[in-house]
Amino acid sequence: MNALTSMMLLPLLGSLLIAVIPNDQVLRIKQAALGTTLLIAISGVMAWFKFDAGNTSLQFVQISQWIPSFGINYAVGVDGLALVLILMSVLLAPIVVLAGWNESEGGRWSVKVFYILILVLETMMIGVFAATDIFLFYVFFEAMLIPVYFLIGGFGSGERAAAAVKFLLYSLFGGLLMLASIIGLYVIAGKHGGHTFDVGQLSELHKFMSPTTQNLLFLGFFIAFAIKAPVWPLHTWLPDAAAAATPGTSVLLLGVLDKVGTFGMIRFCLALFPDASKTFTPIILVLAVISIVYGAFLAIGARDIKRLIAYTSISHFGFITMGIFAMTSQGHSGATLYMFNHGFSTAALFLVAGWMISRRGSSTISDFGGLQRVTPVMAWSFFIAGMSSLALPGLSSFVSEFLVLVGTYTRYPVAAVIATFGIVLAALYILIPVQKALHGPTTPGNENLTDLNLREKIAIAPVIAVIVALGFYPAPLLNVINPASAHVIASQGFTDPVPSESAGK
Amino acid sequence: MTTSTSLVYLIALPLLGATVLLLAGRRSDKWGHLLATALSASSFGVGLYQLSQMLARPTEERAVTQKLFSWINVGTFNVDAGLLLDQLSICFVLLITGVGTLIHIYSISYMSHDENRRRFFAYLNLFIAAMLLLVLGDSYLNLYVGWEGVGLASYLLIGFWNQKPAYATASKKAFVMNRVGDMGLSFAIMIAFATLGTVSFSGVEEASHTASKAALTAIGIMLLVAATGKSAQFPLQAWLGDAMAGPTPVSALIHAATMVTAGVYLIVRSNFIFDAAPTAQLLVVIVGAITLTFGALVGTAKDDIKKALAASTMSQIGYMILGAGLGPAGYAFAIMHLLTHGFFKAGMFLGAGSVMHGMNDQVDMRRYGALRKFMPITFATFGLGYLAIIGVPPFAGFYSKDAIIETAFNAGGVKGILLGSTALLGAAITAFYMTRVMVLTFTSKQRWEDNQHPHESPLLMWAPMAILAVGSVTTGFLFTRGDALVHWLSPVVGEHAEGENLLLQPIVVSGLALLAVAIGVAIAIMKYQLSEVDAIAPHDVSVFTRIARKDLLQDSFNEAVFMRPGQALTSLLVKGDQNVVDGAVRGIGRTALGAGSVLRKTQTGFARSYAALILIGAIVLIAGIWVVTQ
Repeated sequence: MNALTSMMLLPLLGSLLIAVIPNDQVLRIKQAALGTTLLIAISGVMAWFKFDAGNTSLQFVQISQWIPSFGINYAVGVDGLALVLILMSVLLAPIVVLAGWNESEGGRWSVKVFYILILVLETMMIGVFAATDIFLFYVFFEAMLIPVYFLIGGFGSGERAAAAVKFLLYSLFGGLLMLASIIGLYVIAGKHGGHTFDVGQLSELHKFMSPTTQNLLFLGFFIAFAIKAPVWPLHTWLPDAAAAATPGTSVLLLGVLDKVGTFGMIRFCLALFPDASKTFTPIILVLAVISIVYGAFLAIGARDIKRLIAYTSISHFGFITMGIFAMTSQGHSGATLYMFNHGFSTAALFLVAGWMISRRGSSTISDFGGLQRVTPVMAWSFFIAGMSSLALPGLSSFVSEFLVLVGTYTRYPVAAVIATFGIVLAALYILIPVQKALHGPTTPGNENLTDLNLREKIAIAPVIAVIVALGFYPAPLLNVINPASAHVIASQGFTDPVPSESAGK
Repeated sequence: MTTSTSLVYLIALPLLGATVLLLAGRRSDKWGHLLATALSASSFGVGLYQLSQMLARPTEERAVTQKLFSWINVGTFNVDAGLLLDQLSICFVLLITGVGTLIHIYSISYMSHDENRRRFFAYLNLFIAAMLLLVLGDSYLNLYVGWEGVGLASYLLIGFWNQKPAYATASKKAFVMNRVGDMGLSFAIMIAFATLGTVSFSGVEEASHTASKAALTAIGIMLLVAATGKSAQFPLQAWLGDAMAGPTPVSALIHAATMVTAGVYLIVRSNFIFDAAPTAQLLVVIVGAITLTFGALVGTAKDDIKKALAASTMSQIGYMILGAGLGPAGYAFAIMHLLTHGFFKAGMFLGAGSVMHGMNDQVDMRRYGALRKFMPITFATFGLGYLAIIGVPPFAGFYSKDAIIETAFNAGGVKGILLGSTALLGAAITAFYMTRVMVLTFTSKQRWEDNQHPHESPLLMWAPMAILAVGSVTTGFLFTRGDALVHWLSPVVGEHAEGENLLLQPIVVSGLALLAVAIGVAIAIMKYQLSEVDAIAPHDVSVFTRIARKDLLQDSFNEAVFMRPGQALTSLLVKGDQNVVDGAVRGIGRTALGAGSVLRKTQTGFARSYAALILIGAIVLIAGIWVVTQ
């Protein structure tokens, strides 16, 4: 069977299995969920091995008719970009399950529901990156909201219902705009060669569109993705959602679902509307730079550790967006690598923060203090995750962040220069919570916190290992990403700027 | 170029130590410090072996490279994980591993009562590895990894006792101010790639021959920004004094002998850029001259022995930066002063640690006095370092500092006179404040309580001090014999033809310098040896003293200009995000969709409202498709 299709079916089978396990056998349910996600992770790694990096066309392609009368197909396939994001998603899933072993308990619904939601979400995460039929993509894009909505609203904490609704409204609003654009595309396709939702064929349509049409359709997509990513000023749903969700859900939300936004910018905004993309690039770069600085400042000012991590993500998504629209191979490859690396460093931050919060019973940063001496392993894990977030050289995020900066600088030096100030702000937004939570005297209430247990250590170790390994040796991912980025850059009619002082000046 | 397969061991050995000690945790408490010391010593051994190999090769084949793997490859941005060992980096390798190993040995005893001694040694090894990467990387990006790596190690070690909030703050301050400097390095690399198309040393050097002055000036200025951060030079100097929160061996190794001199390395390594960018070079000497004066002035007012030494370090690095800014005439002297300073300043810091060790961690020199009798070895080794730093012949500092003062005077025109006089004045102030430290600590009357029992430190501590003292005595003479170091470095930094029309002959400069030193020493002796010293710092002091005690108001300035406005902006944005941005989006949504009532309903609802919305979405979609297919 097609590798992608089987990866999408596996979680569904897993959730069926879980559905028949009796409600009271909680451990069995968890084991089934972990086993399923591990199996998918393995098939993801195998797909990565099978993937031919030198080939820029879509691979693992499967096209089956779905609704023939509308020209809708079940069509999947991946290039380097989609493959890397699917790999990230399926690697994070078992870690999330293992790390949040007890997150599923004490929610509005049973443990069983929690894991079924997680697995269904995993199917959709794979599907949304694999879909090459825009209708199929839209279905996944919208359907993903359902499990996340229930995961936040049913298993979260604090203002979970309000946060879930806010998340939903923002997303639906974006989704409706995108839907309008999709329909528009469909109409235009009908006038030029026949109704189709195939992304490859739709990407030829821009030649027939007036600038106004292209701009409007572009905006429909872009706003949807900018909400997802999130780009300033459409970001305010994210801190609320991240603060209310369980840590594991937050990892999937910020680490994977938000990537659909930046993925969509490349896959749809750029590919379908190259001229509109050029038109809007200046505005988008401004928004990206604002996101970088703004997110960083809000992270510095955050008192709640989950909100802090959410704001750092807004800053990081600013980098990713900037890299995408810089239209250089370094910016583009850097942005894609950034998406992968951000998944892991945010996972590390959220999972460790989650353990800290569940032990202390508070997510206020100032409630912690002196953890380095009470719970050294947990404190170290948080510290390394923080170093990854501030892009310390030697860790994976440095490679991607620097590529984005250098790639942006060659075409848009001003944007890159302002963004670089973000690295000083990053030092502040990481070291301030590190100082408050890990250093200083042990504050009352923290003396008896327990350090990470074996399960938690097993969950965090691979995340840190990936962060360190890719920092020193990013080639396994860059080799897959580079051809895809080069293809996008070339198809947009761009070439990398030539060094201004080179012999050919 | 010659290739080698063994350069990587220089870095790998201490990195292994750090990894093992951190991962093994408490299990390695018993032997961790020994392993770390042994690995640092092994790295020194590899360095000596590399030196012997290098000496065996003819001059033009002395530099060796090692490509480990291809690190980052995107488009034309290709950076290898590559190492380069040449005549310049071998000096640093031996300094880092040699002094580093001595300080490891010292720390075995100094930290023996600390329950986290193993972690301390893990950080020390991490530092050695990162610092070696800094000086061995063959491109600016590889250097960057070491550059921030030493910043991390420095952060961890300054905050080693971070249970004290002030120390935790000091470590954060050091990291953040260093990051401001690191931004300069980022910019330099970006500009180099955008203009020259390469970030490797060899590539940039080659391109620098044809590149425009504007591009090279921009790169040079950004490299200078980086150097000011790491080397605590004006205007990014404010972190160094606070960094003394770290255990004293750290101050000796990182904040005196090695890491803080990385800025000098960066400039000397980039000589091909600065030689072609006079404006950047001018800024370098200005920064050097300001800082050497700044540090010296601060040094006159500090009563904390470590902070006095820290101010002195800042000032001495100012000399090095000044030397490095003087171009081919000064590069070798900058490196020479860096190396001699590595010996005498590390020795003095270890001496200060020895004094603190004997005085229950007292750092206030006003509570010292007459320690000569109780700590004869510390007095002797510290004293030799003292003679070296103030520049008394034939001690090491005399040769290296004089060379910089002389080169400054001969830089030509008004610039030469200004720089030379500043350096000369600095020498007088240096003599003053160092004599003050010496007198207050060792030779003045006893000002400590009788219940204190100062005593000499054990062998493991004084032996490294003695070895460094030997270096303080001999290195200057050795480096200058037959211009050994100048010739050694010339393949890297270029030859400099001796000018014909020297403003001042060397002998005149030496005479002036000695006169300056004598004046400084005399004033200090009159003030501190021959008159009573208060055991508590007097308050009725001149405005100047008050300002100097506050580090010439550097912190007040940073707080007023950066910190408080930054905090105000942060809280403004936090409030604005909730009320303005979120509010506006909600408002627009409500107006645009007329969804006020829906919104209110959904505040309480969940599944039902969602299902309804999905249904609406689906109907719209189907209806849309139906309409357009008609």
